[in-house]
Amino acid sequence: MSGYLADTCDVVVVGGGHAGCEAALAAARLGHKTILFSIQLDSIAMMPCNPSIGGSSKGHLVREIDALGGEMGKNIDKTFIQTKMLNTGKGPAVYSLRAQADKNRYKEAMKQTLEATENLIVRQDEVVEILTDETKTVCGIRTQSGAQYNTKTVIIAAGTYLKARCLYGETIIHSGPNGMMAANGLSQSLLDLGIRLFRFKTGTPARIDGKTIDYSKMTIQHGDKKIVPFSFENKAEDIMREQVPCYLTYTNEKTHEIIRANLHRSPLYSGVIEGTGPRYCPSIEDKVVRFADKERHQIFIEPEGEGTNEMYVQGMSSSLPEDVQIALYRTVPGLEHCQFMRTAYAIEYDCIDATQLKLSLEFKAIHGLFGAGQFNGTSGYEEAAAQGLIAGINAVQYIEQKEPLVLDRSEGYIGVLIDDIVTKGSKEPYRMMTSRAEYRLLLRQDNADERLTKKGYDIGLISEERYQRFLQKMADVEQEKERIYATGIAPKEEVQAFLEAHHSTPLKTGVKLADLLKRPELTYEDLAEIDPDRPALPQEVWQQAAIQIKYEGYIRQQKQQVEQFKKLEKRLLPEDMDYSEVKGLRLEAMQKLNVIKPSSIGHASRIAGVSPADVAVLLIHLEQKKGNTHG
Amino acid sequence: MKGTSLDDIIAAISTPLGHGGISIVRLSGSGCVALANEVFRGGDLTKKESHTIHFGHIVDPKTNKDIDEVLVSIMLAPRTYTREDVVEINCHGGYQAAGKTLEVLLSQGARLAERGEFTKRAFLNGRIDLSQAEAVIDLIEAKTDLGRQSAINQLEGGLKKKVYDIRDRLLSVMASIEVSIDYPEHDVEEETYESLKEKIGGLLEETNSLLSSANQGKIIRDGISTVILGKPNVGKSSLLNFLLEEERAIVTDIAGTTRDTVEEMINIGGVPVRLADTAGIRSTEDLVEKIGVEKSKQYAKNADLVLLVIDTSTPLSAEDREILSWVDREKVLVLLNKIDLGTDFDTTELDQMFPKENQISISAKEGTGIDALSERLKEMFLGGEVESSEEVRINQVRHQTALQQAKESMEKALHTVEIRMPVDFVSMDLMEAYEHYGEITGDSVDEALIDRIFSEFCLGK
Repeated sequence: MSGYLADTCDVVVVGGGHAGCEAALAAARLGHKTILFSIQLDSIAMMPCNPSIGGSSKGHLVREIDALGGEMGKNIDKTFIQTKMLNTGKGPAVYSLRAQADKNRYKEAMKQTLEATENLIVRQDEVVEILTDETKTVCGIRTQSGAQYNTKTVIIAAGTYLKARCLYGETIIHSGPNGMMAANGLSQSLLDLGIRLFRFKTGTPARIDGKTIDYSKMTIQHGDKKIVPFSFENKAEDIMREQVPCYLTYTNEKTHEIIRANLHRSPLYSGVIEGTGPRYCPSIEDKVVRFADKERHQIFIEPEGEGTNEMYVQGMSSSLPEDVQIALYRTVPGLEHCQFMRTAYAIEYDCIDATQLKLSLEFKAIHGLFGAGQFNGTSGYEEAAAQGLIAGINAVQYIEQKEPLVLDRSEGYIGVLIDDIVTKGSKEPYRMMTSRAEYRLLLRQDNADERLTKKGYDIGLISEERYQRFLQKMADVEQEKERIYATGIAPKEEVQAFLEAHHSTPLKTGVKLADLLKRPELTYEDLAEIDPDRPALPQEVWQQAAIQIKYEGYIRQQKQQVEQFKKLEKRLLPEDMDYSEVKGLRLEAMQKLNVIKPSSIGHASRIAGVSPADVAVLLIHLEQKKGNTHG
Repeated sequence: MKGTSLDDIIAAISTPLGHGGISIVRLSGSGCVALANEVFRGGDLTKKESHTIHFGHIVDPKTNKDIDEVLVSIMLAPRTYTREDVVEINCHGGYQAAGKTLEVLLSQGARLAERGEFTKRAFLNGRIDLSQAEAVIDLIEAKTDLGRQSAINQLEGGLKKKVYDIRDRLLSVMASIEVSIDYPEHDVEEETYESLKEKIGGLLEETNSLLSSANQGKIIRDGISTVILGKPNVGKSSLLNFLLEEERAIVTDIAGTTRDTVEEMINIGGVPVRLADTAGIRSTEDLVEKIGVEKSKQYAKNADLVLLVIDTSTPLSAEDREILSWVDREKVLVLLNKIDLGTDFDTTELDQMFPKENQISISAKEGTGIDALSERLKEMFLGGEVESSEEVRINQVRHQTALQQAKESMEKALHTVEIRMPVDFVSMDLMEAYEHYGEITGDSVDEALIDRIFSEFCLGK
């Protein structure tokens, strides 16, 4: 095909999903001409699986994205139809915000934001080739229509579209998610560039017609009355709205019988599917096989939006043939007469081995080429968006020849996520979990702004006005903390009565208000009764003060661990180091180090196969080199 | 990751154990003076000049009891071996004083130094010449290979299995907490405060019993408690004198519970042995005579080891048989003394009671057979794998420290449960405990937890 030069820009983003949107917005907002290519503009910010944003650890990611100046939090605040704070009884670190989205409105709102952003061009076309020069540096891309675009950087956020195929039973459809066209060109170009590809697999349940569901046989699940916005820029009262319920029901022995009788017809069990599926979202047939003694499995019925009857059936992802799917869905109480609107399917796609990336998400081997989202072997909208934002920022840092933004494991879930995938790689789509974060008491969803707003401001994605408001909030928190530490409580009668009413030990002598706040059975809200001089503060302020005081000892303990951790992170390793020249390394460690090229001693110590002794050898090597250059 | 900190406070006994009149416990790292000061009585060490020496006592801060009379050297960075602040505590020689001193320093937050770690720091801080780098690497490599091997070997049989087992069950508790956090709406059975209390309490109890039965560690630290038995004039006194004088290994005298009981710590070829009632043997040459059969029986009953001395210059007598009738043969080493006299001694009767390897021919007078004795002691008490007493001791203390720390983390977890803090905080403490157990088995948390979550719980969308 004869080509033509269509345009020149700074950043090309391949894909308009959750990663692509964040990447393109960040780059454009930072003042660089950006073109976002989507294979189908109607799929921009599409949620091809569950209709919700957030949840355990994913909610943390969204708040971090917001604190850095990303869009996901704002977009879900505009378009949610139900919201819940989960885990409220389990500790402040694991409070998790989750919202049900109106999928269409979510897409529409994000697309409008993209369209309204300066420096950003949104274009429907399939990118089929990455162009590089002789120094292995990105210089352009070519699309299916033969157009060439010159660019300094490319961010690939191709999601599950690369060589995608959808399967159920014997049916194989060569398409991307939700019937969208697959992207069949780019994989070969990546292979030509020497990039290693994996084949991963995931799946989604059926969508059924809400008017054919008997909700009376299910348990209704309402949202929280008290709304907590995802974005630190929003106030609860500004985003109040009528919420829509979800429903809970269960499978039963009949469901499981049908599955067992038809297992041989599943492409997963017959071997047609080759991709590696995630353990954390197995299909219903997987669950029935692996947990054979479980009598029932939960099913949540979640609305896909207010403008549609379609309902998402969480817990029933499947790649069994359509007739089997319908039969087994209909064994579930409330779904006896359900009408399918979209069939459940498994999807296979190409993605990369993320150990080929640096912590900045740039490819080690190709300058100016970045990867983000499911393309990097992760799973989930929030994980994708987080990487998109970082890739977008770092594409700009690359162009401006500045240091990349790298969050470490003590700064955010985003840091844990990226460190994990580029260091350890993943044999299955990677899902964020709170158990992956070793310093999670410091990485709370409520303090994401405290952790990251300054970074967002320094990068240029947080406005001066927002930053000033943030600083004011921090000052207010400090002031309230000081007041709580300073306020004396005497063992007066009403205090003792208050304590007794809350099953708390009476006072022998006077104490500080902080001492009472530290008692597990008393909350900041409770203490209002004996704290008459308390100033009227917004919740975001007093909550910070209260958490910091109440859990002071535990927080201090984690901060000490972080200090130790940081010392090793600060010992940097050169990017171009040849580990085969380091005397004393074990062979396995040497090979691993040469592949991963860790950024620091701390980073090296997290690579599987690198032992503490190898780390000591590296330290000594570093010291030797230092000695040589200085002496 | 544990064990790779660059400048936390490390501590170790830096003199060979069991030799010489003093033992030196060395600390290095920023803040080590303040740490030593916590257990020192005799002036505020933090206010002292660099490169000065101070007299005082090491005190156990928990019990407030004196551990030893010491000289403490303060050396502040950078003019020190490691170029960090260094404290050296000169204790009385032997195992007790230095070992206990090290223990209280560890309990105050110092970390037991890895082998070669002082040197490593000296190097990393630019104190040692570059040409020595290779030697340091060799040292570290030797440590890992050897250290790992011996760490595993020493955790023989039951102990090793036990730690794995505790760790495995702890992982299950952690996984069930984590799954309730990561999958809040899943119908998994959530842990309650009651169920957590029961499970953590159970694991804690097992950890405690492990700690108390960590026999090897105890032997290394306290010595094998030993009684010398034998009829009058059988040569106990010369044996004692030989062990004490020829080996020149008298370390310290420890007053026992009664005025007439004195224990002495000696070193038989690297194996620490604590002899009971040496004063009794010395003064009367006959324990049984002096304190009576009942009391000898009592000593022998409490001891880990009985050295039963038999005179081979005369046939087995009624007095010998009397002792043989009540002594617990399981812990007896028979010393066939006076072989220098060359008398033909009939061992048939003894052979019926003791395996051959537990009968050792010696001449206390000439000092022969002592090597065989020490070899047998190693086999009996240390699994025969001792290379040097230092190596064993370090590993033992390491395990014991790790177990102790695991125990403390478990206690914290239990407390967190008891005061009904949210489960996330319980999880923090458990994670810490899990890592400490892992220091013994050599594993880290990493993916194990995630794997457990997915293998034990049915999750999905």
